Amino acid sequence: MFNFVLRRLLIAIPSLLGISAILYCILAVAPGDPFGDLATNPAVPAEVIASLRAKFGLDDPPWLRYAHWLLAMFQGDWGYSFVSRVEVGHLILQRLPTTLFVVGISQVLAMAVALPVGVYAAVRPYSLFDHLASAMAFVGFSLPTFFTGVLLIMLFSIQLGWLPLVYQADLPETGWAWFAAQIRQSLMPIMVLALFQCASWTRYIRSAVLDVAYLDYVTTARAKGLGEFKVVLRHIVRNSLIPVITLVALQIPAIFGGAIVTEQIFRVPGIGSLLISSILANDTPVVMAVTFVFACLVVGFNILADLAYGWVDPRIKND
Amino acid sequence: MRESNLRHMIRDVKEGRLGRREFVARMAALGIAAPMAGTLLMHAGVATAQSSSFQYKPTKRGGGGVLKMLFWQAPTLLNPHFAAGTKDQEACRLFYEPLAGWDAEGNLRAILASEIPSNENGGVSKDGLSVIWKLKSNVTWHDGRRFSADDCVFTWRYCSDPATTAVNITTFQGVKVEKVDDLTIRVSFARPTPFWADAFVGARGVILPKHIFEPYIGAPARDAGANGKPVGTGPYKFTSFKPGDFLSAAINPNYHAPNRPHFDSVEIKGGGDAVSAARAVLQAAEYDFAPNLQVEDEILRKLEEGGKGRAEFIESGNIEFIAIQHADPFTDVDGERSHPNTRHPILSDKAVRDALNLLVDRGAIEKYIYGRAGLATANFINNPKRFRSQKTKWEFNLAAANKVLDAAGWTRGADGVRTKGGRKLQLTLQTSINAPRQKAQAVVKQAFQKAGIALDLKQIAASVFFSTDPGNGDTYQHFYSDLEMIQATVNGPDPALLTSQFCSWAMASKSNRWQGRNITRWKSEAYDRAFDAAQQEIDPVKRAELFIRMNELVVEDVAVIPVVYRPSTAGVRADLRAPLSGWDNNLWLISDWYREV
Repeated sequence: MFNFVLRRLLIAIPSLLGISAILYCILAVAPGDPFGDLATNPAVPAEVIASLRAKFGLDDPPWLRYAHWLLAMFQGDWGYSFVSRVEVGHLILQRLPTTLFVVGISQVLAMAVALPVGVYAAVRPYSLFDHLASAMAFVGFSLPTFFTGVLLIMLFSIQLGWLPLVYQADLPETGWAWFAAQIRQSLMPIMVLALFQCASWTRYIRSAVLDVAYLDYVTTARAKGLGEFKVVLRHIVRNSLIPVITLVALQIPAIFGGAIVTEQIFRVPGIGSLLISSILANDTPVVMAVTFVFACLVVGFNILADLAYGWVDPRIKND
Repeated sequence: MRESNLRHMIRDVKEGRLGRREFVARMAALGIAAPMAGTLLMHAGVATAQSSSFQYKPTKRGGGGVLKMLFWQAPTLLNPHFAAGTKDQEACRLFYEPLAGWDAEGNLRAILASEIPSNENGGVSKDGLSVIWKLKSNVTWHDGRRFSADDCVFTWRYCSDPATTAVNITTFQGVKVEKVDDLTIRVSFARPTPFWADAFVGARGVILPKHIFEPYIGAPARDAGANGKPVGTGPYKFTSFKPGDFLSAAINPNYHAPNRPHFDSVEIKGGGDAVSAARAVLQAAEYDFAPNLQVEDEILRKLEEGGKGRAEFIESGNIEFIAIQHADPFTDVDGERSHPNTRHPILSDKAVRDALNLLVDRGAIEKYIYGRAGLATANFINNPKRFRSQKTKWEFNLAAANKVLDAAGWTRGADGVRTKGGRKLQLTLQTSINAPRQKAQAVVKQAFQKAGIALDLKQIAASVFFSTDPGNGDTYQHFYSDLEMIQATVNGPDPALLTSQFCSWAMASKSNRWQGRNITRWKSEAYDRAFDAAQQEIDPVKRAELFIRMNELVVEDVAVIPVVYRPSTAGVRADLRAPLSGWDNNLWLISDWYREV
C-alpha cells in the first residue's frame, strides 16, 4: 500500500504541473486585464496605466510570467492580488472558514437526509415513499440553485421577513445571540445547497442499495433469522456504501470550491465568490492560487478515494 | 450664447433678479455642468449658498446606531489615490477627507478648509496663478496627531510622483504646493487657471497623513500597510476590512465638526448584483443605502411600492451616447484598423450622420428602458428636462431622416437597404453586455431598418470591452466597428477632461497603445482652437462661452449621438437622510448623514 501511495503521489506531481501550466496559458490568452476600470476613467493618464502594467509584470511574455509564478510558488510565496494588494494566501484564508461552514454543513445535511431516505426508498421499492422520494429528488436537482435561492429569498425575507437576505461573515453579536443570528443567516444558503446535493445523492444511494438488496447473501441473512433492521444496516448498507464513499470522497474538494451561484445570490463571502470576482477582474495571482489549490485537493482526494475504496472493499488490492 | 449674455445672467443672479438654481439649470441646458456654473458665480462674487435643501438635525454626536450600506461593486482597497473606480473612492470617504467637496448643486463646501477661497477674501489671486487655502485648526488624525499644512504638501508630493503611480496624478501635477504656515497652504499654477478647485477638492483631492505615508512615497507606495488600514481625519475610524467583502468603521469621537457624526458605526457589505442590492434596501429594508443601482426603472418602481425605501436619482455629468467612428474600421493600415489617417467611407457623409441622429428614438429609450435613470438629451455635456436649448435639440423623425438620405443620393435597393455608388448602407453597432443597452440597441436597429439602414448588433463582455489590453481588438478604445454605445463618466466637475476627448491630437491609435481619449477619431480645427483657447482662458465667463461653443460644434457636426443623460441612482431607506452629490462621491458628506426617527 505504501508503494501504491508513493507511486500515486509521484504521478500527481507532473499532473499538477501540467494543470498549472494549462491554467496559466488560458489566463494569459483570455482577453481583459486588471486595469479595465482605470481605462474608462478619463483622468488617469496612459503613463500611469503603462507603469502599473510594467510593475505587475503584465508586459512580460506569458512563459516568463509562468516561470516567475512557479518559482515563487515553490518558495511558498503565492503573490499579491493585483486588485487589492493583499497577500493571496491571506485572502483565501479569510474566506475559507465561511466556505467550510456553509458548504460543509450543507453537504453533511444533504448526506444525513439522503442516506436514510435513499436506503428506505430502495428497501421498499415502488412504494408510496419511494415514489415521493424520487419525485422530490427530481424536483431537487432539476431546479437550479439560482432559482431556489431567489424563491426562498422572496418567501422568507421579503414576504415573511423572517430571515436576512444578505450573509455577513462578521456578525456584531456575541454569545447566544451570535449563534442565533448565524443560524438565521445561514439557513437559506445551506438549505438551497443541501436540497440540490441531497436530491442527486438520494437517487445514487437508492440505486446503489438496489444493486445490493437482491443479492444472495442478503436473502441468506434474512433466512438466518436476522431482524430486518440488522439485515439492512449490517449487510445491505455497509456493502452498498462502497461506491458512495468514493462519490463522497470525490465531492469533498467541491466543498472548497464553494458554491459559486449560491454565494453570489446570498452574498456569502466564500472561495467561490472570490474566484468569480477575480476571474472577472483578471486578477491572475488569485485565480491561479485558488484553482491550483483546488487542483491539488482534487488530486489528493482522488488518491484518498482510491485508498478508501481499497480499505473498505477487501476484494480490492492496492499495490 | 454670447459672453455678454452670460455676464448679464451672472449680474442678475448677483443682484437677486435671477435665482441661483435657475441660473445653474440654464447653464446645464447649454452644456455647462453645475460645478462650473457655481465657479462662474463664485468668481463674480456671488455668495456661496449652503445646500439649503438639506438640514442636519441631530443635536449631539452619536446615538444613531449602525449605518448599513450595500455596495454591489465591492471595495477592494482603501487608498483613495489608487482607487480604480468610484467604489473604492466611496469607501475611502469614510476615513479620508479633502479640503472641500462639491454638493449636488455644484457649490463648494469647506470640509477641512476653514473657508472657501475667493476673490473677496484674498484666497484666489487676481492673476489666476495661485490659491491660498486656510485650514481648520481643530482637526486631528485618527491616531491623535494634528492635521496641518505638512499633510497637504505631502499629499501633493505623493500623488505627483510618477513612481507612486497614483491614479489622481493629473490633479496634482502641474501645480506647486507650498506651506505658508501650519494652517495655510498656497497652491500655485504654471498658467492662469480659472478652474482652481481641483487639487485638494472632491473625490480626487483627498488628503493623506504625512506621518504614516512618508516612508511609502514613490515605488514602495503599494506596499504600505496603511493601504488596508486607513488613518484619516474623517467621521469614522477604521475597524476591519475584508477586500471584496466587508468593511466596518466606528465613530470618531474627536471629529472636527460639532454634533457629528450621527451613527455609532458603519458597515459596508459588498458583492452580488445590483438588483438584489436594490431589493435589500428598497423592499426588505435590511440595508440603509446602496449606491450605483444599475437597475431598470421598471424594477425600481416595483420595489419602491412597499414604501420602505426610495430610489434617488442624483444629477451628474454622465452621458450615454453612441460614438461614431470617423476613421475606417475595416481597412488595415500597418496592422492597425480604425487608423486616424483613414476616413470612414459611409459615416464621413454628413447626411448619413444627420439621418442617424434623427433615427435614434431617445424618447422611447428614456420612457421604456431607462425611466428616471436616463433622460433624453441632445447635448454632450448636460441637459436637464426643464430647459432645452434652442440650438441643440433632439428629434425623432423617420420621414425627415428618409428625406435627408434620399437627397444625399442613397437610393433604396431591392432588399430595402440603401446603396450609393455601389456601397450598401450597412453598419455595426457594438456595446457591452448590459440589459438596458441591449434593449436600446434593438430600438435603434428597428428605426434604422425603417429608413433603409441595415444594422448589425454586437455585444461584448464588459470586462473585455472596458479593459486596457492593447492586444485586444474588442475594447471600446480600439473601436473596430462603425458605431458603439458607451457611457462617458464624468469623474470631476471640470468639463476640460470630458471635452478633451474630441481633440484631434488625442486620437486613440497603436502609437499611444489606444490610450488616447479621442476614440471617435473625429477631427475639427475649430474645436481644437476652441479647446486650446479654453485651456488658457482666465476669465471663467469667456471660458464658459468656449465650452458652450465646443458642445455645439460636437453636436452640430454629429461627431457623436448623445442618447440619454444618466443621473446616478442610489437606493435609500425611507428613514435615512443623506445629502448625495453627483459631482463628488455619494459619501462626500457622510458626516452629515442621519436617521429620522
